[in-house]
This record gives sequence, C-alpha cells and structure tokens, in this order.
Amino acid sequence: MSAKKAKKSSGKKATKKPALKPVSNSESNPTVEELRRLYRDMLLIRRFEEKAGQLYGMGLIGGFCHLYIGQEAVVTGITSVQEKQDTVVTSYRDHAHMLACGMDPKGIMAELTGRIDGYSRGKGGSMHMFSKEENFFGGHGIVGAGTAIGTGLGFAHKYKGDKGVAVAYMGDGASNQGQVAECYNMAALWDLPVLFVIENNQYGMGTSVSRSSAGQLYKRGEGYGIPGEQVDGMDVFAVQAAARQALDYIRTGNGPYVLEVMTYRYRGHSMSDPAKYRTKDEVNSFKEERDPIAHVKDMMADMGIDEAELKAVDKEIKEIVNEAATFSQKSPEPDEFELWTDVLVET
Amino acid sequence: MPTNILMPALSPTMTEGNLAKWLKAEGDAVEAGDVIAEIETDKATMEVEAVDEGVIGKILIAEGTEGVAVNSPIAVLLEDGESADDIGDVPSAPAPVAESAAEAPVSVSPSEAAQVEGKAIENRDILYAQGAVLEPPPFDEASFTDMAEITVREALRDAMAEEMRSDKTVYLMGEEVAEYQGAYKVSQGLLGEFGDKRVIDTPITEHGFAGIAVGSAMNGLKPIVEFMTWNFGMQAMDHIINSAAKTLYMAGGKLGCPIVFRGPNGAASRVGAQHSQCYASWYGHIPGLKVVAPWSGADAKGLMKAAIRDPNPIIFLENEMLYGETHSVPTSEDFAIPLGRAKIEREGSDVTIVAFSIMVGKALQAAEKLAEQGIDAEVINLRTIRPLDRYTILESVKKTNRIVTCEEGWAFSGIGAEIAALIGEHAFDYLDAPLVRVAAADVPMPYAANLEALALPQMDEIVHAARKVCYAD
Ligand SMILES: Cc1ncc(C[n+]2csc(CCOP(=O)(O)OP(=O)(O)O)c2C)c(N)n1
Ligand SMILES: [Mg+2]
Repeated sequence: MSAKKAKKSSGKKATKKPALKPVSNSESNPTVEELRRLYRDMLLIRRFEEKAGQLYGMGLIGGFCHLYIGQEAVVTGITSVQEKQDTVVTSYRDHAHMLACGMDPKGIMAELTGRIDGYSRGKGGSMHMFSKEENFFGGHGIVGAGTAIGTGLGFAHKYKGDKGVAVAYMGDGASNQGQVAECYNMAALWDLPVLFVIENNQYGMGTSVSRSSAGQLYKRGEGYGIPGEQVDGMDVFAVQAAARQALDYIRTGNGPYVLEVMTYRYRGHSMSDPAKYRTKDEVNSFKEERDPIAHVKDMMADMGIDEAELKAVDKEIKEIVNEAATFSQKSPEPDEFELWTDVLVET
Repeated sequence: MPTNILMPALSPTMTEGNLAKWLKAEGDAVEAGDVIAEIETDKATMEVEAVDEGVIGKILIAEGTEGVAVNSPIAVLLEDGESADDIGDVPSAPAPVAESAAEAPVSVSPSEAAQVEGKAIENRDILYAQGAVLEPPPFDEASFTDMAEITVREALRDAMAEEMRSDKTVYLMGEEVAEYQGAYKVSQGLLGEFGDKRVIDTPITEHGFAGIAVGSAMNGLKPIVEFMTWNFGMQAMDHIINSAAKTLYMAGGKLGCPIVFRGPNGAASRVGAQHSQCYASWYGHIPGLKVVAPWSGADAKGLMKAAIRDPNPIIFLENEMLYGETHSVPTSEDFAIPLGRAKIEREGSDVTIVAFSIMVGKALQAAEKLAEQGIDAEVINLRTIRPLDRYTILESVKKTNRIVTCEEGWAFSGIGAEIAALIGEHAFDYLDAPLVRVAAADVPMPYAANLEALALPQMDEIVHAARKVCYAD
C-alpha cells in the first residue's frame, strides 16, 4: 500500500507542479501607496531597533539583544504578501518579525525591559515572545528549532484545511542544523504548506557562510524536490516578488518552497559583539550603497513624493517608538507572584 | 528640547568604559544610525550610534577620557531650531525607572511564599517547594464496574482510539505506527479506522518530527508522538524540553503545547546498553512536563486517556515487558485516571514499598513473599512521576514508619533519591529505620543473560530491602 501511494503522489507531483520563473523586481510597479506603506513598515523596524539598542546601552534591557538593522526588507517584503491566516515563526532575532505581524511595539519593548506589560509578562524576554492573535509563534533561542516548529505549523494548516501557509525563518547558520534537513524531507514528503526563508546575512555570529556552509543554501531542498530561489534581500520589491511567487506555489497545494534572501546585518550579532570578523568597509558598503530603506526613499523621491510627506512618516514612527520606550520603562516589573505561575495549565 | 547622549553599556555587566574617539564635532549634524563615537572596555571597542537626528550641541566628555560611568551624559544633542543657548534646559534626571521599583521589594524565598489573595498557585510541585503537601483530588476508581480482560497493549490502543473518536484534533505520529501497526503493535488497527491523515508513519527523524508535532500543537492540534522506544527520544530531547515544556512559561501563559510523547521505557530483554534505560528521572526533573508511568492495564487505559485530554506536554513511559500482560480494565469511555494520584495496590502496616511501572509487579510479588514471612507490606503504585503524589507516600510512611523505593533506573539522582528527600523533609520523625533504595546496578546494561539479571532490580532484592528496614535479618 505504501509503495502504491508513493507512486501515485510522485506521479501527481510531476504533472501538477507549475514551472517557476526566476524572479526579479524589474516588473514591479509599486503604487505610491505601496511605497509609503513599505517605507513606513521598514522604518518602524529600524527605529524600534535603534531604540532597543539605546535602552540596552542604558542597562534597561538585559541579556542578549539581537538587532535586525539592515535586514528590514526581508520580513517587510514577505509579510506584505502574506494572507491573514498565515503563521510565522523565527529565531531569537525576532523583534522585526513581531512588528511585521502587527504586534504592539509597546508590548514588545516592555518584554525587552522585562516588565509585566510585555507580551510574555516579562517571563520570556527578547528571544521568547508569542501572539496567537497575530499568528506569531516565537521567538526561539535554539538555533534551528524554529524550522521544525514552523514545519509543524504548516502540518496543522494542512490538517485543518485552513488554506494557511507557515512562514519559517532561519539564519544562514541555522540552515546547517540537522533538523532543517529532516524537515525539508518531511515537508516535501507530506506536501506541507511551508515557506522556508533563509535570511542569509552572511554570518552566524562570527563565522561567515563560506566558512560554515558547503554548496548553495537555496539548493539544499533540491534533492527533496523543493524548489529554491535566491533573492536580493536589500530590495524589498525583489523580496516581495519572490515571496508572492513562492506563496502562490505553496498555497495551491504544491508543498514547501525555500527562499534564500541575501541580506546584511549592520550591527554585531548581539549587542555585545564588536564584529571584529568583518571589515568596516564591508559594513559601510552595505550601509551606503545597499540600504533597503534609502532605496525606497529614493524611489519615492523619483516619483515626486515631497520631503515633507516623508518627514511626517518619520515623525509618526518616532512617536510610536518613543511611546513604546516610555511605556517599557514605566510598566512595573512582574509581581513576585508571577514567578510561580504559567508552569502548567492547571485543570 | 536638547537631549543628553549617554555613555552606553556594551554588556549587562559593564559599569564604565573609555571614550576612545569622537567621530563628530560640535556643530555637526547627525542622523539616526550615524556613528558618532567609539568607546572601549578591556574586552572590546564598539561604535556609538545616534538614535535621534539633530546637531551635536556640546561634547561633555573629551576623547581619551578613561573610566566614564555607564549612563553618564557624554554629549548634548540639539533638535531642529535649537541653539547651544538651549543647553541649560537639558533635564539631568536619569532615565525613568519602573514604577514598582519605588516600592520596597518584598523578598519571598520559595519556602516562605504565600498564596496571594485572588491569585492561587495551583501547581502542586511549587506548593510543595513552599512547604505544602496537598492531597490530590479524589478519584472513585471502584465506581467503574464494567470490566474487560485485555492486554496492556490493547488498553493503550483503546484509549487512543476513544480519544481520537471524540476529538478530531488528536492524531498519532511516529515510526511504523501506521502500516506496520506499531513496532510493538500498540497502534494495531488505528490506521484502518482513522486513515493516514491521522495515523502517520514518519521517517526515522526523531528530532525533526518531535519539533513538527510541537509546532502543530501550538497551532491547534493534539498530537500523540510515539517513540519506537524512549532511547531514541533522546534525539528529540531539545524539542521536548526547550520547545514543549518551557513555552507556556516563556509566553506568560498565552501559548501552550498540548502533546503526548509516548513509547516503551526501561529495559527490554537482552538488547544491551543503548536500548535499555529508564528516563523517569530525566523528564521528572523538568518543570512544565507531566510524567506518567503506568503498570496495569487499567493504568494504561485510564492514564493514557487523561494524558491525551491534558492541556500540557506529557511524557508517557510504557514498558515493553508489560505490553502482553492481561488485566481487568474498565470499559467505560469516561475512565480517565487523574494525573498526579498514586494508587495503593496492596494495603499493609509494616513497611511501605513505593514503585512505578514494571517494578509495581515485582513489588507485589515481594509483598506476597514477605507476607509468608510475617511482614505486612503496603505497595504504592505511583502512576504519575510528576507531579508526584507526595501525600499518599507520606501518609503511608506515617503509618508503617519504614520505606523502600524501587525503580528500574539508576539510583543516582533517581526517583528514589527524590522520595528519600521527601521523607527527610517531612517524615524524618516517623522513621524507624533508614530508607533503602532498590535500583539498577550503576553500570550500562550488559547483554549476557546472567549479568543483565544482576544489573536489574529483582523481586528478591525488594524482599531483602524490606526485611532490612524491618530489622528482620
Ligand atoms: C543549538 C544552538 N547552538 C548554538 C547557539 C548559539 N548561537 C546563537 S545565535 C548563533 C548564530 C546563528 O547564526 P544564524 O543562524 O546565521 O542567524 P543570525 O544570528 O545571523 O540571524 C549561535 C551559534 C544556539 N542558540 N543554539
Ligand atoms: Mg546569519
């Protein structure tokens, strides 16, 4: 019976799967509205992260704090083409994914400062937050774990038949975890609706991809029959176009897809990393020539959107972030009683 | 209003550093993200970036200054339209602090913490740490009178089938659970009844499929994950502990993980070291898990049903040697045994013998033998390892004043060690003899039949231990 079934499903795959074209942003023709929205969403992430860095410097945020500055176009582009029922999971570099999912900047910042109004009541911290309402499933501190959990989110979408896709983000370093290969296999075997996103920011802590990874990351699904694509992650429209094609492919029942998004983090791995493993020139070349926000800003200027309008967006974002920062400092630390709750669901 | 730029900390432990270099001068315009200075500690040099845009109005700490305290102002930033004359307005107040910090902190050590009005702690392990030993909720097992003679294997299967019938979100996944009908035939017939959407054969990838099951539980399903044996569950331990057990706490109670991990635990027969190990104390160590270990057919059915219905991650430790044993098992679909309640399998007055899983059977045999020798033993079947039914153990010891613990695992940091601590903490004055632990020999499991028998705790050792605590020899 198993042999029969396997034959049937692989035959089905061979005929059904659509041809995919290499994606570029050359055809993208964003409206002014679209540009403004993407600019705003990316700017919110950047300003939020800068503020988090500042609060960390003031000793208000403890432990590890992994900033997303430079990578904004990745999560912004992908989220902008998701559907409401889709779910998201990522690693510890998660503030941006939560903002993109629509979680409240105040609740996120208050979790960073370890206060009761944080998403996890101060018990999770920067790396561990969740929101069932916004379909965000963490925030995971173990490199690679989010990929298996994301595959499970996809398993549940398929089981429930809710037409959702799970978007599972991982780093270039995480992509070498054994469980990633295990999950590619099962996701392909069971045609699970999972978009595997590799955020290739070229380093896993201090180890460059060339020192950690053989071959091409986006091709690692090939042996399992999973299409893969590499896309410029400093260009939000390229990310959008690639994600749109990937999500369509997955949502129409073709199974998983791997998207390797080439990006760069401007800051160290976490706040206490002086980033000695790369040159200043390398960092500056990205900041000055490839910045994803500057790119959109230039496009808006070309379309004749006036400076004052951008200033208004900047001001709005600044207020949101300042409000979050103030909130995160005014919110009290959790009551000592909180130490003892939420270990088990009591029935 | 002008704002202070503060000396940042590079790590939570840094208290001061050197201002190595200014990259901006007074009067320079800066934008958010611009590098304005470099600071150094004994460990590293780092760049300081501007968070707001503006103009550097005044540099307060000259470059080359050493020992600059974290959070002290190093420069003043002016906003659009402000001049250096406005600098007098800089608020010197430190950053706002949490409102609660103003109140005197109430220090509560775990042993003193009391219930706060309106917010009851219900977790029995935590209450125990705080000094309370609670009686578990009552369970009227005798009211289930319709019985069938079935094997432990069938009891487990029936429990899963009943719960899968009543809850469409329950599914079973694992190696060989579907078409092969289970490596140990526990899932016999389930594929036929529920189909391959709900009874799923996995590839041999414990780490991966445990993580997938956890993710599906977070997204609304109730998985039962079979490990062919618990020895292979070690590959999945990260997801069991880091992803399943800790999520509810890390989410502040807002996202849980209802899941059952099950399979045979402990020694099988002549399979050697890598296939023979008891994981009760490994998982019993973890807050956020419940750990269950059935012995009889009724245990198997009633505990499995309760485990599937429970909203928490459950570790369900079966035993291969017991699968084929036949017992009377209640037929009622309502027969779910509350987790956290032990069962007194045999009442007695001279010595308490605590056991779980396969050791319950050996303890009962030992009790028969002891009875012939005039010693009346009470045998407690723990049923659940965590939360441990401390109440039943203590009440028994208060009566018998003597206790022997039995487990198939090693003694070091074992379940017997935990019970010894319990007795030391709460029944010290009731003891008439030191506790004795019966456990596996402290060696990896040997293959040779004679050595394997020596390594495993046997009925005779329980008899011997009981006689010892009764000073009968
Ligand atoms: C299993 C595991 N091993 C090691 C670590 C420590 N660690 C945290 S982040 C990290 C680097 C990961 O790099 P990558 O996946 O590329 O993600 P990025 O930080 O670049 O976003 C390491 C080694 C961990 N958290 N988990
Ligand atoms: Mg990386």
